[in-house]
Order: sequence, then structure tokens, then C-alpha cells
Amino acid sequence: MDPVSPHIVAFREVVFGYGTRAILDGVSFEVPRGKVTALMGASGGGKTTVLRLIGGQLRAQRGQVLLDGQDVGLMKSDALYAARRRMGMLFQFGALFTDMSVFDNVAFPLREHTRLSEPLIRDIVLMKLDAVGLRGARDLMPSEVSGGMARRVALARAIALDPELVMYDEPFAGLDPISLGTAARLIRRLNDTLGLTSIVVSHDLDETFRIADHVIVLANGKVAAQGSPGDVRESVDPLVHQFVNALPEGPVHFHYPGVSVEEDFGLAEGGQR
Amino acid sequence: MSWWKPSDVGFAVRSELANLGHGARLFFRLLFQGARSLRRFGLVRDQIHFLGNYSLAIIGVSGLFVGFVLGLQGYYTLQRYGSSDALGLLVALSLVRELGPVIAALLFAGRAGTSLTAEIGLMKAGEQLSAMEMMAVDPVQRILAPRFWAGVITMPLLAAVFSAVGVGGGYVVGVLMLGVDAGSFWGQMQGGVDVWRDVGNGVLKSIVFGFTVTFVALLQGFEAQPTPEGVSRATTRTVVVASLAVLGLDFLLTTMMFSI
Repeated sequence: MDPVSPHIVAFREVVFGYGTRAILDGVSFEVPRGKVTALMGASGGGKTTVLRLIGGQLRAQRGQVLLDGQDVGLMKSDALYAARRRMGMLFQFGALFTDMSVFDNVAFPLREHTRLSEPLIRDIVLMKLDAVGLRGARDLMPSEVSGGMARRVALARAIALDPELVMYDEPFAGLDPISLGTAARLIRRLNDTLGLTSIVVSHDLDETFRIADHVIVLANGKVAAQGSPGDVRESVDPLVHQFVNALPEGPVHFHYPGVSVEEDFGLAEGGQR
Repeated sequence: MSWWKPSDVGFAVRSELANLGHGARLFFRLLFQGARSLRRFGLVRDQIHFLGNYSLAIIGVSGLFVGFVLGLQGYYTLQRYGSSDALGLLVALSLVRELGPVIAALLFAGRAGTSLTAEIGLMKAGEQLSAMEMMAVDPVQRILAPRFWAGVITMPLLAAVFSAVGVGGGYVVGVLMLGVDAGSFWGQMQGGVDVWRDVGNGVLKSIVFGFTVTFVALLQGFEAQPTPEGVSRATTRTVVVASLAVLGLDFLLTTMMFSI
């Protein structure tokens, strides 16, 4: 392991698919340490799969997923659990434990992994909740908080053990503009103040480009572009151009592949049915 | 799926074997790794409360009515042969050996098993189990194991409550309503019921049913498709599979326990 490596995560020719459908087909990229990296691409393009490969919940069929130089795919269960203690993950809808209060949700990883006293756990939990602006919501149940608040609670839970790497799966999906702006600023602020590395999977171009230092665009199972937000915006690749400018037509088609309209409506032979 | 295509048959057999393998693996993990969860007894205790206490009402009421019916039917049949004094023995043996463990297990599958399956299935659908894994906490040890051991501990207790209330029900109908002699009712029962052979085997049965029902419920929840439809199917399968397993195992166990 090289502790001063500039990349916390590196993908080397990673192949992964379900059945005959390849999701990732020889993907290689690096995630720079201490930066906010945005992972973008069309829906179903394998962005969440990338996060699950880093977390070891899925294993690459070929290639290497390196976390600080160690192949996550080869880790035994103990090593994998040790690696996960260095990561935090924010799921799309928070994935809060519905039978526990906001406070207990954030305290959960601390109670499971440390032998800290309850007064100390209380202080840490309140500090984490304060960082996401929800110290006052500690006694609420997950069913009593809004979608945006649930994600902030989940974020407080994800950073409870002071991880080195935090992964956000669609943190902006379905949020109103105020919550969206709050969430984006929070990701940036936590990254800088806590010295984290962040990977943000998102579709929201403006907000993501505003907070990201590094952008990776996945398309058709490959890395279509990577670099600074400016570089990616300037990309001449037709696919990246379509994505960045949100164009309806381009290399990614509006229609799902299938038989032609003529064939489907019986218009192929002279327009008569 | 067509039965005449060897590739389809091969795929189906392989899928079934894989399912069996997943199930067996989970069972042994719960049995051996999960035993560690007994050290955090607070988690198991909470589940005993949830599974046991909340099942008490249905177990108690069902036991009472089964006892009533046993008292009534037993009395009418025994009376034909002039041996209605043996009613206590009949009621007690029926309950302790068979009806207590079996009906309690069937009710447990319907009441607690379904709630376990739905709970685990919904936790999976809400990515709570994934989130737990990503927090480096094993959901099998933290969530499934305490529920498994709680089910195993709770089942014999519920079966005991069922049998005890059932005997009470038999007493109410037989002695208080139909006039069987109370001394004979209790005396015959005391003399005829063997602690090890009858009560012991009944308890053993209910422990086996506890393992079976709780494991089936947890497996179905854990393997459920993470969709509303998947969870609903899994819940239905819990009742069907657990009930059939209980009835099948009961026959096997009875054959081994009481045939010699």
C-alpha cells in the first residue's frame, strides 16, 4: 500500500455485467485523493455499479478495482470489512433504519464499531448532526423527516466514523432547489473541512459541475471523458457533447432499440394493412 | 421454460441447486456465526419480546378454543365406552404431544413468520441491508441472527402456553360444563402423562419447529426480490413452506418418537 499515492481509487480495465449485458466494458480511471470527483453518465450506465464495486458489494468479472493499491475484488471478508470502515456511502434515498430515531441512526456505526461511552457517542452524534444542520431533529423518526432531510441524516451517519472516502449515490435526485443547493454545498464543505475524498454520482449537470474538481463521464460501458469540469464541457466527443448539453438526439437515441415503426404498424408493404 | 429442452431443464436444476446452496449456507451461518449474537443478548431479548409477546394473544385464544373442542369431542367419544374419566389424559396427551407444538408453530408462521419476512424483505428493498454492509456491519449477524435465535427460544414457550391454556379449556368444558369428575380429570392426567416421553418429546418437536419456521421466514425475506411484489410473494411463501415443513416434520418426528 502506498499511503501517499495521489489516487485513492483506481479502476484498471474493469469488466462487469449482468448475464449477457455488459455494464462496464474495460473501464479505467483514477479518483484523485482529497478531491470531489463526479461520476456522470446516462441512466443504467453503470455509475451505481462503480460505487458497489468500490465498496466490494459486487466483484469485477475482469480487471482490478484498487483501493489504495489493494484489489477490492481479492479481499477476504475481514479485509473487506476493514476497508469499508474507511468508507462512507450515501444511498439514493438515504436507506435510514426505519425502526430507529435520527439520533440512533447516526449512532449506529459508532455503537457497532467502537467501545465509546454513551455520553461520548452522544457528543459525536450531535456534532455530526450539527454538520448537516439537523441537530434539532435528533428525536424524529425517519418517517417524520423529508427526503432531503433523510439524505442529510444518512450523510451524518456516513461520516460518523470519519471515513477517508465518501460515496454519494444520486444525492440530488428529487430534491427541491433549496435542498439541492444545500446538499451540494454540504458535500463540498465536508470534503474540504474533513479532508475527505468524495465520489458523487449525479445527473444534475449544473450543481455537479459547480462542486466537482474532477469529472468522469461513463457511456456505453466505457469512460467517454474525464478531466476538470471545464475540460469535459469543452469535449468534442459527440456523446459527451450530447450529455453535457442535454440534447435529445445524438449518439444516445431517444427510442429504445427495437423493430422499425413501419414493421410494428404493418406499414412496410405499401402502407396498407 | 420447456421440459423437453435439455438446456432449460439443466438451467432449472442448476438454479434450484444454487437456491438450496444459498439456503444451506445461510442456515449454517445463522447456526454457527449467529451463535455469537447470543453474546449481545439485548438484541435477542428485544426480538423475543417482539415475536413472543405479540404472538401471545393469538396463541392463548387459539389454545383455549382447541381445548374447548378437545374437551367436547373427547367427552362424547369417551362417554360411549364409559371412560369419560380419562378425558384429562386425552386432552393433555393430544395437546402436549401433537396439537400444542404443531398448531402453535402454524400460528407462529402466520403471525411472526410473515412479519419477519416482510421486515427483512422491506429492509432489503429500502437498501437498509446494503447500507449496513457498507458500514462494515454484517446483516446476517446483526439483523438475522438475533431474530433466528429469538424464534428458536420463543417457539417452545409459545407451544407450552398453548398446551397449558388448552388443558384449561378442556377442564372448563369437561369438568365445569359436562360434569366430569375433577379428581379423575387431573388424576388420570398426572398418572398417564410421562414427563420425558410425552412432554419432553413435545418440547423437542417445538424446538425443531422453531428452527424451521424462523429459518424459512428469514430465508424468504433475505432472498426476496426487492420490490413490493417480491416481498408479497416471499411473505406468502413463508406461510406455505413453513406450514408444510411443520406438518411434514411432525409426521417424521412422531414416527421416530412414539413408534417404539
